[in-house]
Amino acid sequence: MAGKTLYDKLWDQHLVRQNEDGSALIYIDRQILHEVTSPQAFEGLRIAGRKLWRIDANLATPDHNVPTTERSGGVDLIVDPVSRIQVQTLDDNCDDFGVVEFKMNDNRQGIVHVVGPEQGMTLPGSTVVCGDSHTSTHGAFGALAHGIGTSEVEHVMATQCLIAKKMKNMLVRVDGELGVGVTAKDVVLHIIGVIGTAGGNGSAIEFGGEAIRSISMEGRMTICNMAIEAGARVGIVAVDQTTIDYFKGRPFSPTDAQWDAAASAWKTLVSDDDAEFDKVVVIKAEEIIPQVTWGTSPEMVVSVSDTVPNPDKELDPTKADGIRRALQYMGLNADQKITDIQLNRVFIGSCTNSRIEDLRAAAAVVKGRQVASTIKQALVVPGSGLVKAQAEKEGLDKIFVEAGLEWREPGCSMCLAMNPDKLGSGEHCASTSNRNFEGRQGFGGRTHLVSPAMAAAAAVTGHFVDVRELMSN
Amino acid sequence: MKSFTKVTGVAAPLDRANVDTDMIIPKQFLKSIKRSGFGPNLFDELRYLDEGQPDQDCVGRPLNTEFVLNLDRYQGATVLLARENFGCGSSREHAPWALDDFGIRCVIAPSFADIFYNNCFKNGLLPIILSDGQVDQLFVEVEAVEGYQLAVDLKNQKVITPSGAEMEFEVDAFRKHCLLNGLDDIGLTLENAADIKAYETRRRQEAPWLFDAIK
Repeated sequence: MAGKTLYDKLWDQHLVRQNEDGSALIYIDRQILHEVTSPQAFEGLRIAGRKLWRIDANLATPDHNVPTTERSGGVDLIVDPVSRIQVQTLDDNCDDFGVVEFKMNDNRQGIVHVVGPEQGMTLPGSTVVCGDSHTSTHGAFGALAHGIGTSEVEHVMATQCLIAKKMKNMLVRVDGELGVGVTAKDVVLHIIGVIGTAGGNGSAIEFGGEAIRSISMEGRMTICNMAIEAGARVGIVAVDQTTIDYFKGRPFSPTDAQWDAAASAWKTLVSDDDAEFDKVVVIKAEEIIPQVTWGTSPEMVVSVSDTVPNPDKELDPTKADGIRRALQYMGLNADQKITDIQLNRVFIGSCTNSRIEDLRAAAAVVKGRQVASTIKQALVVPGSGLVKAQAEKEGLDKIFVEAGLEWREPGCSMCLAMNPDKLGSGEHCASTSNRNFEGRQGFGGRTHLVSPAMAAAAAVTGHFVDVRELMSN
Repeated sequence: MKSFTKVTGVAAPLDRANVDTDMIIPKQFLKSIKRSGFGPNLFDELRYLDEGQPDQDCVGRPLNTEFVLNLDRYQGATVLLARENFGCGSSREHAPWALDDFGIRCVIAPSFADIFYNNCFKNGLLPIILSDGQVDQLFVEVEAVEGYQLAVDLKNQKVITPSGAEMEFEVDAFRKHCLLNGLDDIGLTLENAADIKAYETRRRQEAPWLFDAIK
């Protein structure tokens, strides 16, 4: 019999009950809550007179709606009344149900997918869910993690379980060594470009290979974060020493004797050598160079040295139609050079790229340079209060401000523009976020997804440029 | 939950691939703390020419008269015909809530994004996967005949066209059972409370660090 994949192992370890009709009940160790997808779930519990099955499995923090400008006045001073009610509702619900919450001005507050790992809430071998599709991020630690809808949020609150069906196993192996200046973001954008935005539908993707092993935990989170942009709810990376070292001393991590037991259990969280995958995709690390999306789907991505595609050269009529529509929305011409795209704004942040390593990479590029005069705004939004504090300790905030970028309070910010940070219609943005859908960052806004270093390079030049050119100077 | 047995109604063709959840219901409407009232903002950026705001009265907003759901012939549509990877993007259940509130009961496409597909079943909305060829054929027929209606029979797992042609579809047995009977998942799962508790007792031994840490 073939061995087990990491996903198989995690599934088996959490199987509460296998039903005859093929559905299964899976145990959930951790649920993270935020203000957007939880209010209707709490309300559902209240109406049915139900309680949380296990209060200590939940952690909440507001992130999507919170302002990232000065906010010491607290929730009462959130200008948008609808956002204010939503953030207040989360606070009230957590108080009522006894859920631990890092409120807006707690220095541990931040984007759910930054906070969970940072606190050691996410642990290897755990199941993690959240009413947010980028929950796949937590798979970087050898956890089984995925986004769920609000009905399922309520279901997990009430039962600590999910009704699930096993996904297929897919392996994306990145062999070889990444070049200098090529980051985890470039790797995952390249992967999405290869397998497409629906390439992982129905699958849990394990990211493996030498290149993935060489990437830091922050980088692995960036990669798993965007598994969902390839259609896979679950992205996952096997546990190694890098994973285990990450959790030492985190607030919710095990300590003392439990640490030793946990660390030895975590070491088994790898796919067996003889495990069989339903699908395997092999990528050569050496072929990846900094990536830029030109269109309105993350699969519409090319290398920075390339040109915008020409729909007349596309044989598939649906794809050609998609390219035409995207070019029109993005205000780009077929065959235009990527480096000729002029930008209006830059956004460095989001659950994909707002961790300390991301901020260091961006700071290294802008240090001693100035934001181009044609850039209307360049935002740096740290992923959590703790990331912000660390960056300030390292003096990164000063580097950004001296270069002309804005240094903000933590939150989701312009990734999805639910708070006041948004693009104007027709504006082009170099963004370190995860989705370039129409209107995502603001009505009529035009998003180009890039790595933090590439976004920083775009900020100081006003257009896309291969960041490696700036690095060699 | 509302049950789904058989629905017969006007089908509207939304002819583009990778329709994402931001398109189905843009983010500004996610600030609501309610489950209802999203219908007027379904496909907001495609349907209207201006930028929609939460709590805004949509009557009188400038319409994109070319958008399929604004065409007279598709008014009152209950079936949405779509292309591949429908519902990709975020986990927002507001997407099926908006479709449901608008009056759509069934979406037919060659493929769906996983989370959206799952969310539909929690809300009495039936996502049906048909082959590329079948979907192509339905697009041709819907666009050719005004007032074209489809019948969707969940019990027999069939889509029936006006000519009487039947297209069979697959659906997970558990989901079908819940949808046909309008069953609430939580109540069903709690019937297995003893299994959940037994699992927890075992798991506490194996991985005690996953318990009582977050306080």
